[in-house]
Amino acid sequence: MKSIAAGLHVKMLQNKEAKLLADWLKNQTGSHTFRPDLIKDSELTEQSRQFLKLFLRTLSQETSDEIMAAEWSDVRDMLGDVSRSRALQGFTPSETATFVFSLKEPLFTVLSTELKNDPEALADGLWSMTALLDKLGLYTTEIFQKSREEVIVRQQRELLELSTPVVQLWDDILALPLVGTLDSARAQVVMETLLQKIVDTEAAIAIIDITGVPTVDTLVAQHLLKTIAATRLMGADCIISGIRPQIAQTIVHLGVDLGEVVTKATLADAFAVALKRTGSRIAASQGAQP
Amino acid sequence: MDRIPILKMGKFLLVTIQVDMHDQLALHLQDDLTTRIASERSHGVLIDISSLDMVDSFIGRMIANIAGMARVLDAETVVVGMRPSVAITLVELGLPLPGVHTALNVEKGMALLEQRVQERL
Repeated sequence: MKSIAAGLHVKMLQNKEAKLLADWLKNQTGSHTFRPDLIKDSELTEQSRQFLKLFLRTLSQETSDEIMAAEWSDVRDMLGDVSRSRALQGFTPSETATFVFSLKEPLFTVLSTELKNDPEALADGLWSMTALLDKLGLYTTEIFQKSREEVIVRQQRELLELSTPVVQLWDDILALPLVGTLDSARAQVVMETLLQKIVDTEAAIAIIDITGVPTVDTLVAQHLLKTIAATRLMGADCIISGIRPQIAQTIVHLGVDLGEVVTKATLADAFAVALKRTGSRIAASQGAQP
Repeated sequence: MDRIPILKMGKFLLVTIQVDMHDQLALHLQDDLTTRIASERSHGVLIDISSLDMVDSFIGRMIANIAGMARVLDAETVVVGMRPSVAITLVELGLPLPGVHTALNVEKGMALLEQRVQERL
């Protein structure tokens, strides 16, 4: 924990704030990492101005170069916001980190002009600045990474929720439209959701529609059979629908025995059977205007 | 010694399992139930396992056995109220209880028994 013994440098830098900002902006917009398609000039200027102000203000408070310390919280929050927004806007990590790293050159220029006559102070100042900016740059990358990971985790969760909807078609009739590949983890979620829904709705018949399942191999068939067996144990019946011709061929070629499970080509057929079994009927009303 | 009560409801026998099933209890139930089916000349047995939240392979097999014995004694067995976790466990254990009728709750189970007995007459 080294205090930045550069109170005088900070004064000096603050006097040159306008020039620093201008140089820094020029640096950023001139760099190949500048993305005019993703960020507006005005926004960039505002971000840079705000960061520079906070940065210099924090420096002037006799702070240490430990950026996780409390004095740096304003700068950290600001950088965090910038990184997060850039992560969502589609910047790359280097483009994001350049925001901080491109400040080095203007800073060094100012320091070396002002401290021309004191090489020792210049070396000292340069070193503490470079160490500090490196830390801040790494921090932006860390936040960038973190916000990307948050997006991934959220998407995974949403995907799992999306992939197992159990819908009630009628009194006593549930439908489970499966979309996507059925792996073991998903099959488990599907089974649990379906069984719980059967308990909740006291449904007598569940229709599993596999129109959206791209391939049915022995493993998928086994998962389906397990789900059907568990449903039967709960006291409900299962119908499989949406079996495409290719899948019917695969099932037979693989030698999968679906046993006494009722299978239908379309969800509509399965629904008709389910209605019949539960004693309901849908009929066209007579004389109704379309 | 704990025993699971067997209630007579009209033509049928009703067994409600409300305690944790241990092996000895299951064996007693098997004895008692077969005796009662024979003495009451029942045509249907309803086993309510809605309070059962854990099963092992022994209990699973016991339920299948009871159903088999009842069938030999000319009675239908309906197991009702199985919890999702129990159903999943039984399937994973490879005990899908073939030949045992199931229903969601006691009411539906009774209706199913009535219907099965009607069909046989």
